[in-house]
Amino acid sequence: MDQMTTAAPRARRRRNLWSWIAFTLGVAYFVLPLIGMFEFSLRKRRDAYSFDAYTSILGDPQFQQTFLYSLVMSLVTVVLGLLLVLPTAFWVRLKLPAMRPVVEFITLLPLVIPVIVIAFGYIRMFNTSSFLPMTGSIMGTNILLAIGYATLSLPYMYRAIDNGLRTIDVGTLTEAAQSLGAGWLTILYRIMLPNVYTAVLSGAFLTISIVLGEYVFAALLDRPALGPYMVWVGGNKAYEPAALAVIAFAVTWGLMGLIQAMSRLSKHTRVAR
Amino acid sequence: MAYLDITHVEKSFGANHVVKDFNLDIEKGEFVSLLGPSGCGKTTVLRMVAGFETPSAGSISIEGKDVVALRPNQRNIGMVFQAYALFPNLTVAQNVGFGLRIAGVPASEANARVTEMLRLIGLPDLGARYPFQLSGGQQQRVALARALAPKPRVLLLDEPLSALDAKIRVSLRTEIREIQRQLGITTIFVTHDQEEALSISDRVVVMNAGIADQVGTPFAIYNHPATKFVAGFVGTLNSFDATVTDATTGAIRLGDTPITLNKPLNASAGSKIAVALRPEAAQLGRSDLREIALNGRITEVHFMGSIIRISAEVAGTRLSLDTFNRADTPPPPIGTDVEIGVSARDFIVLGS
Ligand SMILES: Nc1ncnc2c1ncn2[C@@H]1O[C@H](COP(=O)(O)OP(=O)(O)O)[C@@H](O)[C@H]1O
Ligand SMILES: [Mg+2]
Repeated sequence: MDQMTTAAPRARRRRNLWSWIAFTLGVAYFVLPLIGMFEFSLRKRRDAYSFDAYTSILGDPQFQQTFLYSLVMSLVTVVLGLLLVLPTAFWVRLKLPAMRPVVEFITLLPLVIPVIVIAFGYIRMFNTSSFLPMTGSIMGTNILLAIGYATLSLPYMYRAIDNGLRTIDVGTLTEAAQSLGAGWLTILYRIMLPNVYTAVLSGAFLTISIVLGEYVFAALLDRPALGPYMVWVGGNKAYEPAALAVIAFAVTWGLMGLIQAMSRLSKHTRVAR
Repeated sequence: MAYLDITHVEKSFGANHVVKDFNLDIEKGEFVSLLGPSGCGKTTVLRMVAGFETPSAGSISIEGKDVVALRPNQRNIGMVFQAYALFPNLTVAQNVGFGLRIAGVPASEANARVTEMLRLIGLPDLGARYPFQLSGGQQQRVALARALAPKPRVLLLDEPLSALDAKIRVSLRTEIREIQRQLGITTIFVTHDQEEALSISDRVVVMNAGIADQVGTPFAIYNHPATKFVAGFVGTLNSFDATVTDATTGAIRLGDTPITLNKPLNASAGSKIAVALRPEAAQLGRSDLREIALNGRITEVHFMGSIIRISAEVAGTRLSLDTFNRADTPPPPIGTDVEIGVSARDFIVLGS
């Protein structure tokens, strides 16, 4: 008895120590390369630390154009993904609950199938000599790219929205709205969407960060996106790639922060349901 | 032709025949309850009226027009759910105004109506709150206001009080009934609670395994149950096996006591029939009103405040009886032999 009472705190202290060591190692694993990269990105000027690499990147018209292009594409992708996923997830929850695992599996396929396979598939299906020659025009290629991006974002969009729908009683709310005269569009737009708003936003931000960094699709379809530009910078400059990586990192973390902020701001979800 | 006609309605889910030859005519402004145990098909009937399920056969018409082909959002029927089902993203006022907005009612008119409805349910100041900031009882009142705001032709309530505390359940049911009377809205109320159904309804439909066993006023259902099921499900019942001695005069023998019911029985002399007695139709001791005395022994005494429920063993079966509490007469102790006064006219002969 006596032994146990003294042994237990000691064991706990030892376990505490080990978890601290593991935590520190983990942080070091993630943070050290970041610090190294950041430090390196500041060394463009020979004698002192400076933000020269950053001004060089941000001032490069190539960067501005590709960044803008990718940003617009990512927003189009979000809208496309939302139009596709929200009604699907809603319908599956409402009418085909048994199909949910199947649909979920399908939405996970883009994680399993390499992007290059999907991209080649698209190009084969929609090349200039196909029944729908989408790659024949710039607009067509842009649309094809957005569709490809929407496919890539499916796993994230579907899970986020499906999780959002899980927090509300989809069936009863739908019936309540119907008995008040609402049709499907009203139910989707006025009831479902506002209630999964935070979920949609987190799916959207994930999508944006994926699209901003995507290389394979944009390169194969030969569109002026940020991904190919980053690769080009990586092959042709010394300090700028590091600066670009830090910028990309900041954008991603900024988006994550926005997700958090949005979920705090939403008025009706301040208390757990 | 009644205001709402449900005629020969059937519903099956696959091989599961859930509603069988259901008929019900409801007059305008009537408050009708569907009462029955869980799983007997009450919700299914309600959902067919609302349009969420399609009858396998039969017709449902409102104001003489068949509505079976109409989608739920075309029927103009208000519905209140057990789970409240308020829209979490909308304020109380927006919830109540939802149907008006869908119907394209001008904003000023809609606002006036919302204010009126919030006053009607006694929550005039809570319009700006969100559902999660309300108690269960308040949420259900808002759900009622939301259903009533677009002036539906029929109001359907599916066990609206089941999720609430006992106290609120009683006060809210009275409130629902008052509001229903005030607006004169035709209402179907589903419940498995017989006290609830009896206390607030114009008529009660007692359902058993998909069949409407009896339709009648609470008074008729309670005092003249049409089937054994209704007799057993509604209220407390003491049922006895008796032997028929003369079917034409209704003479029976209960244990050693001969009783003449003064109505012909559908049974031959010597056969057994089931007769029943409500707890309030029996009393301790003899009295002028109760001409028959049964001998029994007290087995249980439940003091419930204004009423004392006493159980006694009579002719081999348990008989419950209610007496009013009186400060000068304490209830008899358990094991006492007593005489129990009953009257032949209070016996209910149980059918099949
Ligand atoms: N959508 C459905 N699919 C299959 N069976 C159902 C469905 N809805 C109800 N049922 C069955 O119908 C029967 C009656 O259900 P319900 O009308 O909900 O009863 P109650 O409301 O009286 O409790 C139950 O046995 C239930 O399992
Ligand atoms: Mg039910």
